[in-house]
Amino acid sequence: MSKLSVNHLLGIRYLTPEDINLIFETADHFKQVINRPIKKVPSLRDITIANLFFENSTRTKLSFEIAEKRLSADILNFSSSNSSVTKGETLIDTVNNILSMKVDMVVMRHPNPGAADFLSKHVDAKIINAGDGAHEHPTQALLDAFSMREKHGDLNGKNVVIVGDILHSRVAISNIFCLKKLGANVKVCGPLTLMPKYISSLGVEVVTDLKEALNWCDVAMMLRIQLERQDAKNFPSLREYSMLYGLDKELLDSLDKEVTIMHPGPINRGVEITSDVADSKQSIILEQVQNGVAIRMAVLYLLAGKID
Amino acid sequence: MKQNDRIILDSTQFDLTIKRLAYQLIENHNDFSNTIIIGLQPRGTFLADRVVAELKAIDSAYNVQSGALDVTFHRDDYRRQGTPLVPSKTEMNFDIEEKNVILVDDVLFTGRTIRAGLDAMLTFGRPSTVELLVLINRRYERHLPIQADYIGKNIHSIVSERAKVSWVDTDGEDQVILYTPENE
Repeated sequence: MSKLSVNHLLGIRYLTPEDINLIFETADHFKQVINRPIKKVPSLRDITIANLFFENSTRTKLSFEIAEKRLSADILNFSSSNSSVTKGETLIDTVNNILSMKVDMVVMRHPNPGAADFLSKHVDAKIINAGDGAHEHPTQALLDAFSMREKHGDLNGKNVVIVGDILHSRVAISNIFCLKKLGANVKVCGPLTLMPKYISSLGVEVVTDLKEALNWCDVAMMLRIQLERQDAKNFPSLREYSMLYGLDKELLDSLDKEVTIMHPGPINRGVEITSDVADSKQSIILEQVQNGVAIRMAVLYLLAGKID
Repeated sequence: MKQNDRIILDSTQFDLTIKRLAYQLIENHNDFSNTIIIGLQPRGTFLADRVVAELKAIDSAYNVQSGALDVTFHRDDYRRQGTPLVPSKTEMNFDIEEKNVILVDDVLFTGRTIRAGLDAMLTFGRPSTVELLVLINRRYERHLPIQADYIGKNIHSIVSERAKVSWVDTDGEDQVILYTPENE
């Protein structure tokens, strides 16, 4: 198989396991490319890509931008804070105006869940979801699973625990879909107030004891407490959260086995993870960032192949 | 084999041709200390491996460095084909800076793969010289001004014909045939 089954990357839920493996195999090649003396290939030199960021982002935006440059695509960057969106322009109008400048692909981050889905039905371009509210963040899940695969091989039967604020996390949701599709066992860990009501319908088990979860898993993914999305008080204080669900060196060293530590960033150092853990040799946080570029190159390359 | 298929090289001729190509390389590259042989993926690597094995059989003192290069991301027909091109593995575990590089492919036809190969290779550095070795050279079909330095056999064919190189390791027999695909 050499073709994706989808025309847009809106969420992991729409991908087949074969799609995910095709993206991984392609990303393997791109990872090689970005470690060469000349890190650029001409594959997308006739493609124009618009990066529309209606919400703040550092890593994802830079990662997409460099992936596009490594593929020789032309890029338009847009962020809503200094645009006509503040004058009341609708999403479709904004995007259609950009598309009339002959743009072939759109990478979009938006605060509303389903924004990418909505856009794909109304505009004529390939859409890549770079995070839509608490819905999905597919490229993050792909790069996380790709990093795990690099460290542990085939993910089938591997144990992964996702720790923290599952309720507000599109990363967690996309990761659960992705890991389940690849045959991994997934548990989520955190205070029950930060668990979505539908969590059991995703086929994952909830544990509230961090040490128990860590002793079970091969990989622990620590999520950021999303301070900007805590409109209700879901836990008494950051200090209490950190005592119960924060990962420090002492806890890590007390485990029976070596657990791989991941974090999608940005890190609240000292809250969900301490600095000595984040910078330890068990942590693959910086590998995740490098793999993010390779994964995004693979996604852009494969979707560009579907442009007529 | 079908009725209209033509054998261009049988296994005996095939073997002789590889030997001749190996000796031609020795004439120009002495002890191969500054030479790198790069097979273009997917089918050029078989020829590169065979030539390297032949060189070592002639003189085990030859320390020939060789690698495999995938050209997929540098091709000019990406998105012009029905299905996306699938990349193969690149293995270039050496420095090509100031080296004499020999690019190797099985069939030279339009020259577009070699053009992509040159671009792909140059992303690894600036070699001193680059030569091209092919087993089959289909003359009069070039789209680009590219010619080979070492040629196994020149053939004259019409555009609709295809040259297929089979290898004993993967296909059971060393052979080159010229055939006409049925669906074209």
